[in-house]
Amino acid sequence: MDLFFQQLLNGLSNGSVYSLVALGLTMVFGILHVPNFAQGAFYMIGAYVTLTVMTLFGIPYWIAMFISMLAIAFLAVLSERIIFHPLRKAEALHQMMGAIGILLFLVAFAQVIWGPNYQQMSSPYGNAIGLFGITVTQQRLIVIVATVIIMLILHLFLTRTMIGAAIVAMAQNREGAYLVGINANMVAMLTFAISGILAAAAATLASPINLVFPGMGDLVIMKAFVIIIIGGMGSIPGAIIAGYILGIVESFGATYISGDYKDIIAFVLLVIILSVKPTGLFPGRVN
Amino acid sequence: MALKVENLSKTFGGLQAVNQVDLEVKKGDIHAVIGPNGAGKSTFFNLISGFHPPTSGKITFNDHDITKMPPNKIAKLGIARTFQTTNLFEDATVLDNVIIGNRLRTKSGLWDAIFRTKREKREEKESLEKAYEALDFVELTELANEPIANISQEQKKRVAFALALATDPELVLLDEPAAGVNPDETEGISALIQKMADSGLTVCLIEHKMSMIMSLADRIMVLNQGKRIAEGTPDEIKNNPVVIEAYLGSDEDESAEVTNL
Amino acid sequence: MAKLLSKRNGLIFVLVVALIMPFIVPNDYILHVLALVCIWSISVYGINIFTGYTGNLSLAHIGFFAIGAYTLGLLTVKAGWNFWLAFLAAGVLSIILGFLVGLISLRTNGHFFAIYTMCVGYIIYLIIDKWDSLTGGVRGLIGIPGPASIGPITFESLTSQYYLLLFFLILTIFITKRIVHSLLGRTFIAIRNSEELAQTIGISTKKNQLLAFVISCFFAAIAGALYASFVRFIGPEIGGIFLGFEMLIYLVIGGLGTLSGPIIGTLLIVFLTQSLQFMQEYKMLLFGPILLIIVIFYPNGIVGAIEGIKRKTRQKRKKSGPNKGYSGIEEVS
Ligand SMILES: Nc1ncnc2c1ncn2[C@@H]1O[C@H](COP(=O)(O)OP(=O)(O)OP(=O)(O)O)[C@@H](O)[C@H]1O
Ligand SMILES: [Mg+2]
Repeated sequence: MDLFFQQLLNGLSNGSVYSLVALGLTMVFGILHVPNFAQGAFYMIGAYVTLTVMTLFGIPYWIAMFISMLAIAFLAVLSERIIFHPLRKAEALHQMMGAIGILLFLVAFAQVIWGPNYQQMSSPYGNAIGLFGITVTQQRLIVIVATVIIMLILHLFLTRTMIGAAIVAMAQNREGAYLVGINANMVAMLTFAISGILAAAAATLASPINLVFPGMGDLVIMKAFVIIIIGGMGSIPGAIIAGYILGIVESFGATYISGDYKDIIAFVLLVIILSVKPTGLFPGRVN
Repeated sequence: MALKVENLSKTFGGLQAVNQVDLEVKKGDIHAVIGPNGAGKSTFFNLISGFHPPTSGKITFNDHDITKMPPNKIAKLGIARTFQTTNLFEDATVLDNVIIGNRLRTKSGLWDAIFRTKREKREEKESLEKAYEALDFVELTELANEPIANISQEQKKRVAFALALATDPELVLLDEPAAGVNPDETEGISALIQKMADSGLTVCLIEHKMSMIMSLADRIMVLNQGKRIAEGTPDEIKNNPVVIEAYLGSDEDESAEVTNL
Repeated sequence: MAKLLSKRNGLIFVLVVALIMPFIVPNDYILHVLALVCIWSISVYGINIFTGYTGNLSLAHIGFFAIGAYTLGLLTVKAGWNFWLAFLAAGVLSIILGFLVGLISLRTNGHFFAIYTMCVGYIIYLIIDKWDSLTGGVRGLIGIPGPASIGPITFESLTSQYYLLLFFLILTIFITKRIVHSLLGRTFIAIRNSEELAQTIGISTKKNQLLAFVISCFFAAIAGALYASFVRFIGPEIGGIFLGFEMLIYLVIGGLGTLSGPIIGTLLIVFLTQSLQFMQEYKMLLFGPILLIIVIFYPNGIVGAIEGIKRKTRQKRKKSGPNKGYSGIEEVS
């Protein structure tokens, strides 16, 4: 039973990270209409920025996280302006190549600046504590709680503001934003900014548990793709729920089936789903 | 009857785009479909050509039930179409765009391609001839080697016609062939459509330009909000109060056109 | 002069240069790199047939490269098969698997397809990486034999191996050229242009895409098998998505959907990488931005850009020149 709760908690914290990344990805999908492979690189750079700010300037964890969120938001907006905006009328293939170009550049950039090695990020919550009879690292609880707070803030922004409503409309339907009568450029930039913020937050939260290295975003982004397909492209609640589900399924899969093949679960799941239903589980959009 | 549509319906989500429409098109006729924007005209064509599966109803073409057929099979049976927005291959020449029209009548596959078999050569030659024949028909032979990007909107429409003709159809569905074309050129397009009918083709035509419809069509069907509200000869349609009301209720210019005729 | 510079003579020149390469290169190392260029190019031609000519992005391609390499490696090393038999098996297996994967994955559209194939590619990678008892896992597979001799022809020396690889590359290019210039090739291009329009004119888009996909997997597997026999050692990283991205870059920079794009892109970037030895690890710092520039400004790559310039000058000449009305078909076949 202890093991069960342990795994549930691990699953929830991993799922939190997945959800945050997938959330940004699914929102950006409404603008790009192609998968943004660069999101994984935003995630990875986000972790490095936090780490650097913390180690170099001795800035506390949460403030470092905030700085990283700003930095990655800027990076995401920059890539929207320089790359995706000029490509908005190009073929999907070229848009995907654009995203891949950004990804490859950022990974190489990280290797040059921070080196190829694995690095550790220390958080003030490294201790393990006892909870309901099991021991958990504080950081895992922090991840879960912080994610909920971030999602709540995002929820308020998306539902209580005009521009938030436009972003939601755009995520589901490109024309939506024009109907609401809001500058589409503005919406695009803001959506990228949000996706950057979410990626940086997710990376900063996850890094003390995992490690920081140039390839840390690869698996996360690939799983995020799986999540947004399972959750329904463009669906915000879908991304959140599917993210948590994947986290939990992986956690239990690793314990009760095989640790070696834990990472394969997401991909097999997706292959099965798309084989049975080629339009995804929630084919909401009509092309 | 070349084409027979019975009780055809299509719903998108909650929207009744096409609602229990019946239509019979006689061989060799020019049969127009008109109606205000969003009436379901393009959707109607999409159903006939197999792009959307109908929600209910039946479509027969030359005694074949084509209701559930995929678009490529329907094309093989002899139904060709053009789109509201022409989507040709801009980088390629006019000729290259049209040659592929004959592909559905050829059989060469991978083997023939790699070994350049007799069949491949023969079929390439046939396709080329077919393409020139079609270009000849639409009077574009001179522009055969011009890239699509260099020709006018009206010429692009003609290329789209040629491509449709190259598939060797019996019935052509034309979705707003004169949209985005200036009045002088519209006459040319009209003449071309007439020429198609004269050569024995059956034509179904969606168009907003009323004068064009009235002079060309043998029969007209009027759609409004997915429903067929009238069907008959141009004269019958012109004087039909239901039609006039439908148009008055929507687009100003068009209603003016209808009543002025 | 113009006659002398004709396409045919250019081709013959390139061929002759390729053939005398072993005698003019200053050292074996360059020949070694050239041999690798042949291998990569074959794989890139594979991507081109599918992604370049029918317009869908498959991220499983690199997985099929790995399947080819491991099929050859395992059959020769562990099962003791004859080299050429194993080579053949790699090709056949890729056709069967490519058919199955394509059959299912092509039912999805656009970005779903890209993600689906990415998942397939990653599953292949993970299986190779984790199925230790079969593949050797991260330790890799060593001792793969080189190509077995055919009658009197042996492939012991680097030069002879280079010729063998060159032969396969030329065969690949030849097949691609035949396909592209056939009715089948026109069909592929029509699908890339617009699936909707292609269906309207009676083309079964799924069937043709599936064929292109299988051909593409076949080329990938052949390239992988050749790689295994040339390098003699393979590890799971040859199935990794980043190597797949790298091949895509060769193609996009050279020219998507062009005949010479794959070889030009591969040659150029591999040698650029070689001359920038010091930044081997960080080459994407340079190629990432180059890729972006190409994608934004020259969507058809170097070859596409050159062809565009040629077309423009030809048109200018035609407009200003007196002989305006010529209407011969320049090159139909
Ligand atoms: N694929 C689709 N998914 C959802 N709704 C659709 C789809 N295609 C058409 N519709 C809807 O069906 C209705 C009819 O559209 P359709 O394009 O057939 O009209 P139309 O008569 O051709 O109009 P127009 O004259 O503007 O071309 C419209 O309300 C349209 O929004
Ligand atoms: Mg329409």
